[in-house]
This record gives sequence, C-alpha cells and structure tokens, in this order.
Amino acid sequence: MLRLPDFTYIRPRTLAEAAGVLQELGTEAMAVAGGTDVYPKMKRGQFTPRYLVSLSHVEEHRGIRREDGRGLWIGAGETLTAVAGHANVRREFPALAAAAGLVSTLQLRNAGTIGGNLFVDTRCNYYDQSFFWRQAVGFCLKKDGDICLVAPKSRVCLAICSSDTAPVLSSLNAEAVLVGARGSRQVPLETLYRDDGIDYLAKRPDELLQGVWLPEASFGWRNVYLKLRRRGSFDFPVLGVAAALRVGATGTCEAARIVLTAVASAPKVVEDAPRVLCGKPVDGAAIEEAAELAMRVSHPLDNADMDYWYRKRMTRVFVTRALRQLADAGAATAGPDAALV
Amino acid sequence: MSDSETLTGKRLMRLRVNGEPQEVAAHVTHSLLEVLREEMGLTGTKHGCELGECGTCTVLVDGEPIYSCLMLAVEAEDRDVTTVEGLALQSRPHPLQRAFSDLGAAQCGYCIPGILLAAKALLDKQPNPARPDIEEALSGNLCRCTGYTKIIEAVEQAVGEMRG
Repeated sequence: MLRLPDFTYIRPRTLAEAAGVLQELGTEAMAVAGGTDVYPKMKRGQFTPRYLVSLSHVEEHRGIRREDGRGLWIGAGETLTAVAGHANVRREFPALAAAAGLVSTLQLRNAGTIGGNLFVDTRCNYYDQSFFWRQAVGFCLKKDGDICLVAPKSRVCLAICSSDTAPVLSSLNAEAVLVGARGSRQVPLETLYRDDGIDYLAKRPDELLQGVWLPEASFGWRNVYLKLRRRGSFDFPVLGVAAALRVGATGTCEAARIVLTAVASAPKVVEDAPRVLCGKPVDGAAIEEAAELAMRVSHPLDNADMDYWYRKRMTRVFVTRALRQLADAGAATAGPDAALV
Repeated sequence: MSDSETLTGKRLMRLRVNGEPQEVAAHVTHSLLEVLREEMGLTGTKHGCELGECGTCTVLVDGEPIYSCLMLAVEAEDRDVTTVEGLALQSRPHPLQRAFSDLGAAQCGYCIPGILLAAKALLDKQPNPARPDIEEALSGNLCRCTGYTKIIEAVEQAVGEMRG
C-alpha cells in the first residue's frame, strides 16, 4: 500500500475560519477540497504538509446559481461533475461544461472540485514522479532540488499550467472571489496566475477561492474548449485552447478572447487575437491569422507528454478548429475531446 | 481555530457499507480503500496505483463512483458506501456479475470489481445505455488484459437481461 504520511486533519466550518487556520499554521498547512491532486502528491512526497485544512464541512463555497444583473455564480466547492452537468453552464457556457467534463475521469470528477482544478499544481515530467524516481534522477527546483531538469540554465521553474477550466474561465472574463484572513476581495481570475512553475498563483497563501462569477457581459459569447492529450480520459491537457467570441447581429466579430493552457506556467492569453479578429466577420483569413499568432506565443517545453514542437504546431491547428466551430455554429458548441484516439 | 474540528490519530468512524451501519476504529490519515480492506476485511476492493490513475479501487459513495484510494475514510462517514461485496442481491449474483462470468469478460480479474461498480452506477441512472455511454462510464477504469471488448459486451448483455 502506498500510504499517506501522517498529518493532522482540521475541518473548519467557514472559509474565514479556514483562512485563519492557514495563516496561523503558515507553510506547514495546506488546504484540501476534493483531494484528488493533494493526496497523490502527498503519497509521492511532492506535498509535505503537517496540517491539512479540509473544506469538506464548509458550505459557503457551494452552489451554482444565476443572479440577474450579476451573472452566473459557480461555487469553488462544486464538483467538476456538477459543473459539467449543470443546465445553465451547458446552455450558456458549453466550453466550461466541456472543460470540466474532460478533466481526468468520471470518478475523479465526482470528488474533485472546480476550485481545485482552477488552482491545480503546475506539472512537469521531472516533478510528477514518485519520491524514489525523483531521488534517483536528482531533485529539481520545484521540490527538494536546486536545478531545473528541463532547462538547466533556467532560474525559474518551467512546470506547466495543467488546468482545463482556467483558460475557459479566463476567456470568458470570469471574476474570482477570494476569502482570506484579512477579508475577501473580487478580482479578474486572469490576474491570479503567474508565469512561474513554483509560485504560480498571485494570491496570499491564506486566501481561499469561494467561487467565480461569469459576468452578465459574458453571456451570449460563443465559446469552445478543445483539449489535446494522448488518451480520451485520465490525462491532463498537453495543450488546451479556449476561444470565446462576441459576434454581432450582422456577423461582425465584436470581441474575441483566446487563452491557451499547458504551454506556460500560467494560462496564456493570446493578446493580439482581438486585433486580427474584431471588426469583421470571422472568416478564413482572420482565423488563419489568429491561429498563426497563437502558435507564435505558444511555447511548450520538453516536460510533458508528446513532442514540444508538435504541441506548438498543434496550437495553430486547434485554434483554427476552435474558431471555425465558433464561426460555423453561429451558437456555442460543446467541444469534442480532440484526443488522438 | 475555535470552531474547527481537529482530528488526529485513531478515531471511531461510523461507516455505512453495503447497507450495514458499522463502527470501525481507523486512523484519520487512512483512505477509504485502506479502511475497507484492512479494518473491515472487504478485500474485494482492489488497490492498484493508489494515485487515481487506474480505477480498480472504484466504489460507490451515495451511488456515485469515486476512487477509494483518494478519499479519506473520515470523509465517507454518514454516507452510503457500496463495494463489490454489496453487489449481489441476497445470494444471487447481480446481472452484471452473471454477464461478466458468462462471457469471460474477466481475465486476470483485478480491474473487475471497480468496473462492475462503475457499470452499476451507470445502469442505476440510465437503464438503457448506448455503447458510447458505456464506454464513457467505464473510461475511468483501466484493464490491461481484455482490450475492453468483452467487458463492454458483458455490460450490454446485463442491460438486456435487466430489461427482461
């Protein structure tokens, strides 16, 4: 049996209390929701908390509801299964339903939460291994070592953002609500990510995600998510493309957002996409140009499944497919799993 | 941490497994898988990767399939846990078990308890699933022997039998 190391299990009733406990216990404590990423990482010695602060008895980070004037609220403690199956999510934001429904497997989605997926640890072939493996090869920057095994000259860790839902929610301009020991705040979700494989979240360690708002202004956007991975289940993305477009009645593109996952330590916004897509119909030439731009800013490294140059080139293919779907459908389309199966 | 509950060491847990309420003393850090197998003697639930990457430890919690290697037993308190031992109806095997046996859908058999439960969860919700539904429902369970064909056929046979 691969057992969990010893820890003290603390179950607060509110997020403020949980944040207080996290602040009090400092680096020796870690929050856990569904546990589907925390427990394997503890078993392999990647996470070594002495205290686990469980959110299982907290209620205020649950619920998915529509509020007129504010948008759609998605509690961070909702399971990925609940998000993927929710009628409002499926109708208005099929990209989010697809992304949540493509995380790992059904069993995992029944336990794992959307909050956990949004803040999921960055991944790397040299880090996501057993303790024995990492010890044998030599530890890396991200845990126990002082060198990056992907790029030995790199001073920062290059582990990749592996969330399926973060690029989608970023593409739809979602707002995150955080609760910390010093109070709560609401910020654009996109601003919570840093392109650093170790320090990948721009929030205080005691801050917990209560949920996200999909604002009123994001309703009506066509949206899609496409995911590249080797198998049709289990696997994390080795490339993910979230695309969202607001298209006017005449067919003119009014706003566009393309966000990539698994090509950097943070979700990667294709900053120039709106420049080439907006103000005209979403046609072949515009799609080609946006896809080319996306490929240019996509920098996969040799630290995940599949060749890095292939993942880079597939960025153009996937962005093309995503935008064609949005152009053709005229309405939001649930992205099929684009795994190579 | 005034209102927080702090758990450490061993604890008397109230678990409801296969319809039977039981009290079991187990360590707070132990997974549901460890407690089922080691404290309750229910070794039908298998341990494979223990990292959520294989599916053989699948059990149902409140009717939903989950990986028991990734859930702490304390989190299963006061919830309904179903293991493969709870699949038979009285002394008669479940139609899924009969179909798997008839068709030789198990080879080494190690993945089968998890697959039976994942299939049961599907049939409980959707009594007449199409083949893609079955494939989707079983896509969180790896089998290294069969190539899945026999397994999917067995689920289809069970569907037919349960429909009568």
